[in-house]
Amino acid sequence: MWILRLNMTDRSYKLEAVPERYKNLGGRGLTSTLIYDEVDPMCHPLGPNNKLVFAPGIITGTSSPTSARLSVGGKSPLTGGIKEANAGTGWAPSVAKMHLKAIVVEGQPEETGKYWMVAISWEGDKPKVEFMPADEYVGRNLYEAFPEVYSRFGDRVHVAGIGAAGEFKYPNSGIVFNDMKDRPSRYAGRGGLGAVMGSKGLKFIVVDSAGAPGVEILNPELFKEGSKKMREALMEHAITKPKGGLNSYGTAILVNILNEAGGLPTRNFSAGRFAGAAKIAGEAIFETNKQRMGKEIYNHACSPGCIIQCSNTLYAPDGSEIASCIEYESDWAFGADCGIDDLDKIGEMVTLCNAYGLDTIEAGVTMGVAMDSGVIPFGDADGAIRLLHEMGKGTPLGRILGGGAAMVAKTYGNPRSPTVKGQAMPAYEPRAVKGIGVTYATTTMGADHTAGYTIAPEILSVGGKSDPLASETAKADLSRAFQSTTALIDSSGHCLFIAFAILDIPTGFQGMVDEINAIFGTSMTGDEAVAMGAEILKRERAFNEAAGFTRHDDRLPEFMKYEKLPPHNVTNDLPDSVFDAVFGNL
Amino acid sequence: MKIQVKLFATLQRYAPAGQFAGEPFEMELPDGGTIAMVVERLAIRSHEVKVTFVNGRARAEVYRLKDGDEVGIFPPVGGG
Repeated sequence: MWILRLNMTDRSYKLEAVPERYKNLGGRGLTSTLIYDEVDPMCHPLGPNNKLVFAPGIITGTSSPTSARLSVGGKSPLTGGIKEANAGTGWAPSVAKMHLKAIVVEGQPEETGKYWMVAISWEGDKPKVEFMPADEYVGRNLYEAFPEVYSRFGDRVHVAGIGAAGEFKYPNSGIVFNDMKDRPSRYAGRGGLGAVMGSKGLKFIVVDSAGAPGVEILNPELFKEGSKKMREALMEHAITKPKGGLNSYGTAILVNILNEAGGLPTRNFSAGRFAGAAKIAGEAIFETNKQRMGKEIYNHACSPGCIIQCSNTLYAPDGSEIASCIEYESDWAFGADCGIDDLDKIGEMVTLCNAYGLDTIEAGVTMGVAMDSGVIPFGDADGAIRLLHEMGKGTPLGRILGGGAAMVAKTYGNPRSPTVKGQAMPAYEPRAVKGIGVTYATTTMGADHTAGYTIAPEILSVGGKSDPLASETAKADLSRAFQSTTALIDSSGHCLFIAFAILDIPTGFQGMVDEINAIFGTSMTGDEAVAMGAEILKRERAFNEAAGFTRHDDRLPEFMKYEKLPPHNVTNDLPDSVFDAVFGNL
Repeated sequence: MKIQVKLFATLQRYAPAGQFAGEPFEMELPDGGTIAMVVERLAIRSHEVKVTFVNGRARAEVYRLKDGDEVGIFPPVGGG
């Protein structure tokens, strides 16, 4: 196993044997530990001293189901703190199969405006690494550039890269990966890591694992047993099984239930219900496709080996693709949060984000803030599409919007900035769902639902039940437990959605622990594995503290204390002690 | 008493014909009727019901309804 270091100052590379300290890490655990060890917390995120780390999960590249996740880490240009963003893509197992535990991108070219690409393939007994100019792809729509990369390198490669947003070094810029049909659509979207890649003059990393040896498993028997338990849990649970909730309606199945609970942020977080919710819900996507295509269409996998298969495609009346895929968060961000109930327009905006290299959550919330600040009216889908094009073209207004929701709120003098640590809130109203507010406020990532998804017990009755409207100290314990377990899952290489199954089916959780033990030849208990997750959080937290964050940054925006959210007419009434208890008692 | 009922996702097939997911329809219930009675009246198999709401608050199936209440019934759903 190696760590591959790409030096962008002189375009050289090194294959290093994995140090002992990193042997039993993967995914988020590895990206965050490397950043903690090697990056000066006070460095400028776009300067030569930041690093960008790609790491497949611990079991990624094996036959275990739903395990093709890749973590990307660095210091975030959006939050100024540590960042891990992950995606499901065939790129991840390809890297793992070449025995690359991590790819670390370092340095910075002296010449600005010049871009390079790196091709990694297997030759003889080790990876071969080549640098080549990539200027011909710069400034291009990714739906044009990706096919050109594929025709140059062949169908079996996988591609990571940035779009115009990363080239402009926007705080809102993701890192894109190919999906199963080579679309530029799987994003490690959050926190502006695309800008970090852009600052290093790196446009694409193309990988081809043909001939590579594959992932080494120290205890194959245990691995077989563990992944069987995982597979059975995923096949059994109503949310994750084939033709279950996610496979039928996609993640946008959540629109209606959050709306029903009064927790669907609407028109820049000014209400918890959206009159047009049913028109943009997962059910509506399913019905629209059925009408237009004349048959029921179930969803597809974003990456090889997934059982859940939650990725939808929205088809136009002529059978062409409007978007693939429309996730709940994207659907909500351009839908309810902008007061837009036109599914086709929402799909068009998702595709524009993919084309330009933008994070859909940050982009949608930015549009909501822009609408709330009078730039364009709420509900103006064509206006929002025009603004997305301005972002893609890098006009002065486009660059302000590319700064993200907090930047636009500040520029237009709007105190209703639904952000924490500079990062836009996702699709759950923290005034109406208190536990997720604790996660938004306290996670090391800036407002991020995936960091500790308390929605499961608060709204979905998965993994127990917790009253979403109760302002209670227990919300700190709930968020902390979810944050620790999530750091473990984000390290495993499994998609976070396995949590729906393993929260309710304990053998599924044991299966994941078995798989990890089998890879490393360890014998961790479930509790020890979760403790590993807590250790990762501590490292991330220490990085953020050294970067200047204090407990006062672990707060929800002030307007949520004095603006009542209909329909429940609730404010953020949690005392600061609840937020402080999350890491205080870790 | 009269209440409004909304069915979602896979439960839509138990709604009167022509209803789309989440579109409310009216139901007449005896005073003191419960969510469980609504589920039974619609012949929804009980294992398909995961979360039930009354006026935007999650309520157990034994919850007693009042005239004008709005009931939302969901199968298991998840995402993010």
